[in-house]
Amino acid sequence: MQQFLESFLPAGPVVVFVFSIIPLMIILIYALFAIWLERKVAGHIQDRLGPMQTGGWHGWAQTLADLLKMIQKEDIVPAKADRFLFKMAPFIAFAASYAAFVAIPFSSGYIGSMIDIGVFYIVAITSLLSVSIIMAGWASNNKWSLLGAMRTAAQTVSYEVPTVVTILSVIIVTGTLNLMEVTEMQTGNAFLGFLPSWLIFHSPFMVIAFVLFFIASLAEAHRVPFDLPESESELVGGYQTEYSGMRWGLFMLTEYADMLLLSLVGATLFFGGWNSPFGSFMDGPVWGAFWMLFKGMVLVFVMMWLRWTLPRLRVDQLMNLCWKYLIPLSFVNLVLIALWEMIF
Amino acid sequence: MTNVKENRPGPEVTLSPPVDAGNGLKTQEMVISMGPQHPSTHGVLRMELTLNGEIVTRAIPHIGYLHRCFEKHSEAMNDYAKVIPYVDRMDYVAAMNNELGYAIAMERLMDIRVNDRVEYIRVIMSELQRIASHLLAVGTFGLDIGAFTPFLYCFIEREKILDIFEKASGARLLYNYIWIGGLMNDVPADFKTDTAAFVKSFRPKIKELNDLLSHNKIFIDRTANVGVLPEKVAINYGVSGPSLRGSGVEWDLRKDDPYSIYDRFEFDVIVGQGEMGTVGDCWDRYIVRVWEMEESLKIIEQALDQMPDEGDVQEAVPKKIRPPAGEIYCRTETPRGELGYYIISDKSTTPFRVKARAPSFVNLSVLPAISIGAMVADMVAIIGSIDIVLGEVDR
Repeated sequence: MQQFLESFLPAGPVVVFVFSIIPLMIILIYALFAIWLERKVAGHIQDRLGPMQTGGWHGWAQTLADLLKMIQKEDIVPAKADRFLFKMAPFIAFAASYAAFVAIPFSSGYIGSMIDIGVFYIVAITSLLSVSIIMAGWASNNKWSLLGAMRTAAQTVSYEVPTVVTILSVIIVTGTLNLMEVTEMQTGNAFLGFLPSWLIFHSPFMVIAFVLFFIASLAEAHRVPFDLPESESELVGGYQTEYSGMRWGLFMLTEYADMLLLSLVGATLFFGGWNSPFGSFMDGPVWGAFWMLFKGMVLVFVMMWLRWTLPRLRVDQLMNLCWKYLIPLSFVNLVLIALWEMIF
Repeated sequence: MTNVKENRPGPEVTLSPPVDAGNGLKTQEMVISMGPQHPSTHGVLRMELTLNGEIVTRAIPHIGYLHRCFEKHSEAMNDYAKVIPYVDRMDYVAAMNNELGYAIAMERLMDIRVNDRVEYIRVIMSELQRIASHLLAVGTFGLDIGAFTPFLYCFIEREKILDIFEKASGARLLYNYIWIGGLMNDVPADFKTDTAAFVKSFRPKIKELNDLLSHNKIFIDRTANVGVLPEKVAINYGVSGPSLRGSGVEWDLRKDDPYSIYDRFEFDVIVGQGEMGTVGDCWDRYIVRVWEMEESLKIIEQALDQMPDEGDVQEAVPKKIRPPAGEIYCRTETPRGELGYYIISDKSTTPFRVKARAPSFVNLSVLPAISIGAMVADMVAIIGSIDIVLGEVDR
């Protein structure tokens, strides 16, 4: 990819700029699409149509119109808020989730940075999200925001443990933290002759690992049934209560970017990343990008589906689920996967 | 910036003294205002919560944000019939039941007897309204717990009931349909078939609601054993309606003090059994409403069978309403509980006094007693399960 860009762009900083701007473009276009999709999914689950007017075909321009509206809105900072922290928080939140995309292999020809500690880097950089949320909650000088931020801190710190442990159990199998290499390992049809050699088919315990990972990532992305930080019916808007206009929009963008990030990590670790499900058919760098985003979007769709189906857990039940079930299970699973690796 | 000081007298909130957390920092309870602008206070209720972390140590409801001087308005009307639209606006999601209570009170005061057709139409209307109101209560309760979709499923069904009301009265929310001594007008010709079709289509929806929400594991976890209202506390506070029956008290004015023609129908009084937790928890109050819809369907079915086709619905409507001097207290069972009207007449055409004993107002008073030790998320569930309508609380 880099060579391809260098062939027609002036060398140096411009290439680097274009190269690094690609994930941002992907996130922005995806966010516009995902918010529209969320409305459509919600609508059809609830026996209605969702947006139908804006832009003509099934209201495709609805999020675009909302974005324009948000940009025009007055930028309100509460009088007694900590202005600096209040203004910084959304940027840090978005920067954290955007920075994580650098280690995601979008296709066999494109990865932001080929770092050997890819997964570790992603886990580390997304921890910044909780910092920004606590910043937002504290700086707003609003008790509801503070409650939301406190919940987030507890939730994110707790759920990082099962996420990391399930990722670790995948790493035991792959032997590398580099997501590009993890994906390359999953090329071909190794299992039973026809199943793609994705890690989810590697052993029954990998299925358990995926389920644990998915539940934990729901909590990490603050999606129903774990959307306590912003639980609308309890905390008004949680840490977002005092935000309006584009600052709020950035939090929204972060939420959706985070969903995609965790879905893409899940797709890479368990579903073969950019590998085609049909062996060498529909393979190649361009199809690779398609498959990667497609697999990610399927997981994003499941998250939306859950959101419009399930009620919300209470904060103590959330902690119970994490510390009493998810963490012990993920550790047991880690040991079982390690044993499986040793025996076979 | 000036601090807005509350001028109304109210209980003084004293916080516990700061406690040393052990690392040089001090922790203290926090007072937080839940409402009047809050998504889950069902209107404009304001709860003053004292929190220890997320645990509620004290909850004080503040009301009056929707006060519209119902009593004063009634006294200013120069006609008893003109009170009915105001009655509609008290419990605006169950306007038919409010009208029925007022009409019956006035008819008892003036000793008017209405014919059977009127009685049956009134019963069918008020039971339909009960279903519509319970659908709203159940749906918004789900919304409070975080389940968005059942709310809209409930609204689809409620819409069908509102369509029936619209055909009969022309209005969808505030009907002014049940008049003193009769009805505004007769029901349309296809009323019976419409209602029967609704009853038939609605039965399976109750099962759907149970599958979707009532027996959802997360929903049960959130509502069972939460906000337990013991039988004695409920009776001491004067709680009525589904909230009382949820505590296991078999008390329904339709059975225990029958008005209109409710003694002609067979139906059961649903009480909370504590299936998922303790008797009188939020889940019990919720499930009582769900099964009461089923009982209302039974009543509607029987009423449709027995309803006479002949009869002038305005036969007994008085030309000039001038009740004899005296007073009356008449109570009826609305979806929220015992709605009582205390009416004093001074033998003129203007009411001397119309006082309403609003069930939501009384039910709300039990809130501080059952919310101690709950979490903020439980507060939302408790308020939702008591099912208050602020229009009725404040009147």
